[in-house]
Order: sequence, then C-alpha cells, then structure tokens
Amino acid sequence: MRYHRWFSPWVLVVPALAWLLVFNLWPSINTVILSFTNAKPLGGGTFVGLKNFEALLHDEQLRYALLNSVIYMVVCLPLLTILPLALAVLVEKKLPGITFFRTAFYTPVVASAVVVALIWQWILDDRGLVNGLAEKLGVISGPLPFLSDQWLLLFSAISLTVWKGLGYYMIIYLAALGNVGRELHEAAAVDGASAFRRFTNITIPGVRGTMILISILISVSALRVFSELFILSGGNGGPGGRDSSVVMLIQQYSQGFEGNLGYASALSIVLFFVTVVPMLALARLNRKAADA
Amino acid sequence: MTVVTDPARPLDVPGSSGPAPTRPRRGSYSFNRISPQEKVLRYVLLVLVLLITIGPFLWQLSTSLKASGEDIYTRIPRLLPSQPTFSHYGEVANTIPVWDYARNSLFVAVLVVGGNIVGASLAGFALSRLQFKGRRIVLGLFLATLVLPGEVTIISQYVTVREFGLANTLFGVALPGMIGALNVLLMFNAFRSLPIEVDQAAIVDGANVWQRFVHIGLPSVRGTISVVAIFAFIGAWDDFLWPLIVLTDPDKYTLTVGLQYLSGTFSNNPRLIAAGTMIAFVPIVIVFATLQRFFFKGVEEGAVKG
Repeated sequence: MRYHRWFSPWVLVVPALAWLLVFNLWPSINTVILSFTNAKPLGGGTFVGLKNFEALLHDEQLRYALLNSVIYMVVCLPLLTILPLALAVLVEKKLPGITFFRTAFYTPVVASAVVVALIWQWILDDRGLVNGLAEKLGVISGPLPFLSDQWLLLFSAISLTVWKGLGYYMIIYLAALGNVGRELHEAAAVDGASAFRRFTNITIPGVRGTMILISILISVSALRVFSELFILSGGNGGPGGRDSSVVMLIQQYSQGFEGNLGYASALSIVLFFVTVVPMLALARLNRKAADA
Repeated sequence: MTVVTDPARPLDVPGSSGPAPTRPRRGSYSFNRISPQEKVLRYVLLVLVLLITIGPFLWQLSTSLKASGEDIYTRIPRLLPSQPTFSHYGEVANTIPVWDYARNSLFVAVLVVGGNIVGASLAGFALSRLQFKGRRIVLGLFLATLVLPGEVTIISQYVTVREFGLANTLFGVALPGMIGALNVLLMFNAFRSLPIEVDQAAIVDGANVWQRFVHIGLPSVRGTISVVAIFAFIGAWDDFLWPLIVLTDPDKYTLTVGLQYLSGTFSNNPRLIAAGTMIAFVPIVIVFATLQRFFFKGVEEGAVKG
C-alpha cells in the first residue's frame, strides 16, 4: 500500500514527462551539439568546430532574413496590439447575433496558414481580385507586382499575418475586458465621460498587462514567420531569396543532399537569441510599469 | 511541439469545471441599454469586419466553383459563378491524391488529439491532485518549455524522430505533438480548481488514485478536455513546417504539404488550387463551428475567474 502511494503519481506523470524530455529538453541541448557538426538530413556528420558560426557571419541570406524579421516586427507590433483591442470592444457587447460575428472573425485563425496564403496569393496575383478592382477603378494603370517585388511581397506577407492574427488577439483581449471593472465604466459614464474618454482612461489601463503579453506574443511570432512568406514567394524566398525569414532558411537546410542540419542548428540558435531579446525587453518594461 | 506553438490556441482558456458561474450584473439597466444609433453603428462596423475576415474565403469558394469556360480574370470581379460546378474538386483528386492527403492529415490529427487527451489529463491530474516528491520540479520543467519557440528545436527534433526510424512516416509527424506541455498545464489548472475536500472524502471511502481520476477528476474537467481536443486537432490539421521537414514521399503528404505541391504544379489554374484549399479548409471550419460554444465558454470563464 505504501509502495503504491509513491508509485502511482509517477505512473500518471511518466508519459508526459518522457515526451517533454525526448521531444523538448533533449532537442534543446542537441541543437547546441548539432550546431558544431555538419550533420546531414539523411544521417552522418562530423564535428566541425565553429565553422557554422563563422559561415553565419558571412551569410547574406541571413542578413536579409534578419532585416525582414525586424521590419515584420516593427509593422506588426502596433497594428496587432491596437486593432484587435478595437475589435474586442466591438464584439464585447451582447447584441443579437454577436456569437456569429465572433466565430466568423475567428475563422482566419483556425484556417491553416497554407490555405490562407494560397487564398491571398490568388487575391494578390497580377490578375487577381485586388489588381482587377484597382484597375477597374482607375487607381493604377498596370498590375502591382505584389508577389514578385521584394518589398511588396514582404508587405503582402505582413498584411496577411496581421489579417490572420486579428481574431486571435481579439479573443485574448475579450477575456481581459471581462476583468475591466464595469463599475468604473458606470461611474465615469454618470460623471459624463464620453465613450472615447472611458476607452482611453479606463479600458486601456485595464488591459495594460494583456497588451504587454500580446506584444511579446506578436514580436516572437513575427520573428518566427514561415508559411506566409514561403507560400507567397512560391517557396524560394522571393527575388534573389531576399524575402526569406530565419525559419525559411532553417527549413531550406533541413532537406536533400545539399542539406546541412549542423548549419540549420546554428541558424536555430540565432533564432533563439533573436526571439529572446524582445521577450526580455518587454518583460522588463512590464516590471518597470508595474513598479511605477 | 506543433501543438505547443500553435498560434490558434487561446492563452486564457482555464479549467471549465461544472456549470458556468453567472457573472454578477451590477450594472443598472439603463447603462446596459444601447441606443438605436449605437446599435446601427455597431452592426455596420460588424458587417464591415465580417467582409474583411470571411470575404477572402468566399472569394476562394466562388473561384473553385467557376466553370472552366468562365473568365475568372474579369476586371469587374464576379462573386457568383455563372454556372456553378463541382468538377474542379474531381479534377484535383485526379491529379493529386487529395483524399489520401486528407486521410493522412486525419490520421495525424487523431493521434495527436488522442495522445493529448490521455497524456495531458493523466499528468495534469497527478501534478495537481497528488502529493509526491519532485512534483514542483516536474511542473517547473513543463513551464520552462513554454518560453522556447518550437522552431528553434525543430531540426534536432527531426534528428530524434529519424533516430527512432520514423523519418518519412506519418507516425513520425504525429509523435512529438502527442503530449504538449501547454496542454498538461491547462489540465493542471482545470484539476486544481476542484475542491480538495471531494478527494479527501473519496480517500476516506477507500477510493484509489485511479478511481478518483476516473470518477471525480475527469467528469469535472470535460470543458477543458474539449478545449484541448479542439486545439490539438486544429494544430495538427493546419501544421505545415513539421510535416514538410519529416515527409519526403509525396504519397505520405498531409493536406497542407500536398496543397503547396499542388500550387507548384497548377500555378496557372487558380480554380484547381481553390478547390484544393477548400478541401483543407471546410473540415476545420466544421470542427470549429460545431464546437465553438465550448471555446467561447472557456474564454468567458477565464474572464470571470480572472
């Protein structure tokens, strides 16, 4: 009986713990080990010292990828912290049919990034919906090369990411709004505060913590972008590969005879540090704001 | 790993145990009432956002139904097909084995959903309801995993799966995601919100750990289990990067990987690509639309518990 008592909790925990060790913790360590090798996708590979890291320094593709990541983050951050909050305020009130709208606004989130990117590829095509409408309205004379110009392709991918993210962050805000005191709103309304003032003075401070959490999520996911850029560029990273992201480079090196898992692992370590920086910065900001 | 980093997952979905507590409505009636002007404005905005969010899906659906003879490049875009046809769906299936891909995706999704329901609820129960040495360390390990973006470890995860001899297999695609750390923590939270007295009473009555898990624990966390199931399904069905890395044989592709293949082959026929995307999109929408009330209930409960 005694034996049974210390034994049984572990029986329940062991499967999950095994998964954690085998598929999360060990791969984290192994990424570092692999980054010093020239491991191949099909097996094999030897220790090469710091060679991968030296190569990183001269990797032009990586420089473009990092630049794209920064642009991605700088554009996504303000848009995805503010627009979803506005949406959450819009769907917060219980109006007839509001569940339908909430569900519909969430649809882009549940759709696969691949499906979403293929749909937008068709909409942004030279002969697609956007160019067709714009030409009809006489705004442009020839089609805009949304999918073949380096910068237009990048911004197309960004708008797609923003569009797909709206519903996701809306839901997080929606949960947070439930905690913003109804009494405060009422008191302010009685005192004659306009809806706009109540929004800036009560709602925004009320969801400040959520806002910071969301900024962390947005910056990390902006740095991790893959599917949108991959599909929109047709898998090759756009003109001269200048529209690659770090994850696209990792994926590129994961396949075929030319693949190099060692180099892909070194890129993964770059990705780790790139994502940790904004995370720490924003967490610090949060602490400071909380102290003040 | 695919499930942990799934962007479709809400963060604030806590345990949904028992009936939903009703939110106290302290607001006066007049404050809650919306003026007719505001109502109109709100609906106008709602419809506007609706067009932006589901418009592209409708456009794709319409493209997939337009007959080969119909000009899809007209300068005034037509949403309604002049002669709707399902022929492109058949044509997709003739050229790439899209139904096999769908079956592959389903196979992976079922394994991932099953694994997470079983593995995460067992571990969540033990970590929240049972005392044992090392409990806090194990819990800390699960929490620590969440900071790490999945893409960082994806290469060495592939090496691990390859060493198991599962590279280029559907089982290899499913395996790493079968117990997600986040799901363990969700279940941990759900079980923790049950009153401990119930357990104590059951222990006095001679119930063992397994009986307490099956008869007391599980029935009260059904809400969270469904949330875990929904998002495990969506995560597995939608995942692209991981199956793209693991699978090399076209006949083993999942839908997302197959679709990308399709778009490379038929870049000149948007109707076919549209039909393909709809085959991948419709099942997930049906799953979500059917189960969305659990999802939004979870979100609202998060708001109440704060």
